[in-house]
Amino acid sequence: MTDELPRTDAAANAAGGAQHPAAGQPLLRIEGVAKTFGTFRAVDGVSLDIKAGEFFALLGPSGCGKTTLLRMLAGFEAPDEGRILLGGQDIAQALPHERPINMMFQSYALFPHLSVRDNIAFGLKRAGMARADIASRVAEMVALVKLEGLEKRKPDQLSGGQRQRVALARALARRPQLLLLDEPLAALDKKLRESTQAELMELQRRLGMTFIIVTHDQEEAMTMASRIGVMNAGKLAQVASPRELYEAPRSRWIAEFVGDVNLFEGEFKLRDGHRLVIATREAGTLVAAEPREPVSEAKLSVAIRPEKIKLSRRGPVFEAGRETAINSLDGVIADICYLGGITTYKVKLDEGGMVQASVVNSARLDVDAYSVNQNVVAWFTPDDCVVLPS
Amino acid sequence: MSGRRIFARPARFAAIAPYVWMVLFFLVPFAFVLKISLSQTAIAQPPYEPVFDLTAGWEALKTALAALSIDNFRLLISDEIYVFAYVRSLTVAVTATVLLLLIGYPIAYGMARLPKRWQAVAMVLVIVPFWTSFLIRIYAWINILQHDGLLNQILLALHLVSQPVVWLSTDSAMYIGIVYSYLPFMILPLYATLAKMEPALEEAAGDLGAPPWQVFWLVTFPLSLPGVGAGVLLCFIPIVGEFVIPDLLAGSNALMIGQTLWLEFFTNKDWPVASAAAIVLLVVLLVPLLLYERLQKRQLEQGR
Repeated sequence: MTDELPRTDAAANAAGGAQHPAAGQPLLRIEGVAKTFGTFRAVDGVSLDIKAGEFFALLGPSGCGKTTLLRMLAGFEAPDEGRILLGGQDIAQALPHERPINMMFQSYALFPHLSVRDNIAFGLKRAGMARADIASRVAEMVALVKLEGLEKRKPDQLSGGQRQRVALARALARRPQLLLLDEPLAALDKKLRESTQAELMELQRRLGMTFIIVTHDQEEAMTMASRIGVMNAGKLAQVASPRELYEAPRSRWIAEFVGDVNLFEGEFKLRDGHRLVIATREAGTLVAAEPREPVSEAKLSVAIRPEKIKLSRRGPVFEAGRETAINSLDGVIADICYLGGITTYKVKLDEGGMVQASVVNSARLDVDAYSVNQNVVAWFTPDDCVVLPS
Repeated sequence: MSGRRIFARPARFAAIAPYVWMVLFFLVPFAFVLKISLSQTAIAQPPYEPVFDLTAGWEALKTALAALSIDNFRLLISDEIYVFAYVRSLTVAVTATVLLLLIGYPIAYGMARLPKRWQAVAMVLVIVPFWTSFLIRIYAWINILQHDGLLNQILLALHLVSQPVVWLSTDSAMYIGIVYSYLPFMILPLYATLAKMEPALEEAAGDLGAPPWQVFWLVTFPLSLPGVGAGVLLCFIPIVGEFVIPDLLAGSNALMIGQTLWLEFFTNKDWPVASAAAIVLLVVLLVPLLLYERLQKRQLEQGR
């Protein structure tokens, strides 16, 4: 039964009055939205389209404005500028109870005086659903989040994980057009967080609902979201798929914020076909693939992810028929950090810089492992380099 | 779980200190009052008999004990003056407490929603009247409420009334005085519960489709009930026994029990009847207190 849940619910959405968008039109359109608290510009002209059925993540450091943006979508804050269109209708000034949007709070915000059942039924009662329908919907939600048998408990009689599920069930019960999740997994321990991530994705796919999640945890965003919007200082720095965000960051800030990265500053020397030759201070001359958007600046940065850097004792290892690896840097191992699945090596380059390389520990016995002070060659291809304006 | 064993010695002393206090300053005086309430008036010093004299020996003590009677309590029930006084006290206390709740709740709610640094200012403003003597403040009200007082001048200037209203020696004046005096005791416990309530709870209720008035009735108010209970008790109990405010501001045709007590004690010099009246008052007040405690205990057990 739960497999065939309809996408939205007319009764629950009656208050909002927003229609489901026509095909091709985004479900949610944020247009130049800004919010200022005193002199602090928390959200500074954000525009964003979100399609129906998307799992979208707003990622950023604390204070970047992601939570303020989410609160404007929920209606707890009114934007100073811009429009928020849901199904083509501007809801920027609508009150929270008038929007077909529900939110799962970071603190869960379960009503402590109500049982699990009454917490889940709260929104349904407000929508004026018939008593029998409420009972069956609550039962359905309880089954959906696997809380059978706990319906009569009060929130303080539940574990953290159970509370999280009640919060999710309560937010989903009204079948909102859009579900907002504010750091929904922050309070869970690592193991539970990982299994809950998988469950959330599965739920989102099965219900065909649109989710917007706010998180400061990039792994969480990468795992769950189909698209990620990275925010910094109130602005959207980049909106992209997890892969694009990681492999083709648009700025140094994003490259450093998402994952680990080796960055070398340098000057553009010459262009050779689709290759740029860049003279860096700390890693000598590097050859990098030309980025999609041509760079005009003379000062550039070259970003290389640690796992793209290979180490060997003698020199680059060429695969037959493949383009030769062009960047090859000599150095000594300065530091080794064993992390189980991978080991990260810090290599002190002869040119003066430091480079970090991640190597997968594919064999159980460490016959190939390097030791500190060992001479190595760190090498990578031009395609492994991302050229960014400095 | 026995709490006793985990306490270190100083903590153990701290734990019995309230009981010592209760015995010395409540139970012992209560025993005296109870004994006097069972005695008879006498033109003597002290003005009642029998008097226990522990030096007179066992036989004298037995005679004294035999002389005790519950006649005073019979009198309280049979004489409607006392019954009326109790009923009036309870009526005044209930009315005043309801008024206090209606006025105090919005103030406390507003305070709890102020920005943090203004909350401290508001708190000081609530407490500041305590820096002036209570009696002086009540006399100030007499001044404000009298025939040519400030209130009548304002009402006349605004053409709300055509001639001065009689305020003094009315129930209105008494309620003004009581509400004014007890408002901080209602506001502070309410403010304490409302201020520590998680703001996300109200937001969640709104998010789930509740318009503001439903948010208040379904979430804010139920969660503030402990504060409501504390504020109601803090006001209701002393108001029942209130003496000064009704004596200074209300008329003398209907007396509250505190005034009756005063009359018996100082005017009629009837200490035993006054004591009996005080004992009955205590019992009357103990009932709502015990009810409240049971309610709280039940809530705690449900919460577990």
